Amino acid sequence: MDAQFAIVGRDFAISVTDTGVSRSIVKMKHNQDKSWQLTPYTIMTVTGEPGDIEMFSEYIQSNIKLYSVRNAQDLTPKEIANFIRGELAEALRSRNAFSVNLLVTGFDKVTGEASLYRIDYLASMAKVPFGSHATPSFILYSVLDREYTPDITLEQGLEIVKKCIAALKTRFVVDMPEFTVKVVDAQGTRSIDIVQV
Amino acid sequence: MSIMEYCGAAIVAMVGKDCVAIASDKRLGQQQLTVDMEFQKVFPITERTYIGLSGLATDVKTLHDRLRMRVNLYKHREERVIEPKTFTHLLSHMLYERRFGSYFISPVVAGLDKNNRPYICALDTIGCIDSSSDFVVCGTAATNLYGACESLWEPDLGPEELFETISQTLLSSIDRDAMSGWGAVVHIITPSGVITRDLKSRMD
Repeated sequence: MDAQFAIVGRDFAISVTDTGVSRSIVKMKHNQDKSWQLTPYTIMTVTGEPGDIEMFSEYIQSNIKLYSVRNAQDLTPKEIANFIRGELAEALRSRNAFSVNLLVTGFDKVTGEASLYRIDYLASMAKVPFGSHATPSFILYSVLDREYTPDITLEQGLEIVKKCIAALKTRFVVDMPEFTVKVVDAQGTRSIDIVQV
Repeated sequence: MSIMEYCGAAIVAMVGKDCVAIASDKRLGQQQLTVDMEFQKVFPITERTYIGLSGLATDVKTLHDRLRMRVNLYKHREERVIEPKTFTHLLSHMLYERRFGSYFISPVVAGLDKNNRPYICALDTIGCIDSSSDFVVCGTAATNLYGACESLWEPDLGPEELFETISQTLLSSIDRDAMSGWGAVVHIITPSGVITRDLKSRMD
């Protein structure tokens, strides 16, 4: 069971995932980065069926890279989200559906706005101020609903992330010792060590 | 729980005097979990034809994308804007094409034709057209909406009276449906243009 969530402010987005990979009752890995860099200003976090994650994410990442190379221009987060949704929706009604839940966070250099698109395995897409998936979302949404305002600063955003992680650690049965925190803004993408914030 | 009740929706369309109204809630859910409170379910097809799509959110987007393509193709081929009734038959065919693997969508169409005559209808998942001269409803709050429509709607309402009627109908219906609500939007289609208003509603 993996946790992923993301928050959007006016000009930045924070995306968080846990780092565990488990199969049945066994933890197979403790330091997996579940985010995929699509363009310098867009990342996507993916959880779900391990095989599907790899196949689908690599396919998406490669095709978006191909677009950038061919056109000498990167796709915007909105375009990327719609492309991903289209591919996922087409696969859904075929023999090989992908069982993957995604959060696409990005910064649009033209409009100067950050955005988050929540796409689930059924290819339902919603542009949201904050989002999460699967079982951890039942815990995370209550924290996010209470803490979030649209005009948060990056520091306030990271405080909310800390509260979300604290809630997961105290109330969620699955042990999640570590998290990957990434920020997307006008400077691009960077990882943040949440303990040192 | 049925796949038709997975995301939750409340959509209603009403006929007025030389005008029609279509309104919907804004919730997107995954069963009891609310995911989005700004989800669009009613879309403009032409300047005077609107469609409301209730059902599975993925099919709302897929069907709207495909409809937009087909309506644009029609516009290029015919060099005129599609009429609401023609559009409904186009939609009906698109749904029946998927007879044995249908889109989990029940749509509502509302519009004014070239003579400014109101047209509303609802369709089922496989495209059976059910046109009406008073009101049509769909979504998880459909039963609630029928009750509210039966008691509040009356013939020959003007645009502003129709706005009041459809708003009260929708708001009182979504208050008693856990799967829909979280804000609402109303479109009043008149010969001189469309009036769109967002409604505040209970956010619980």
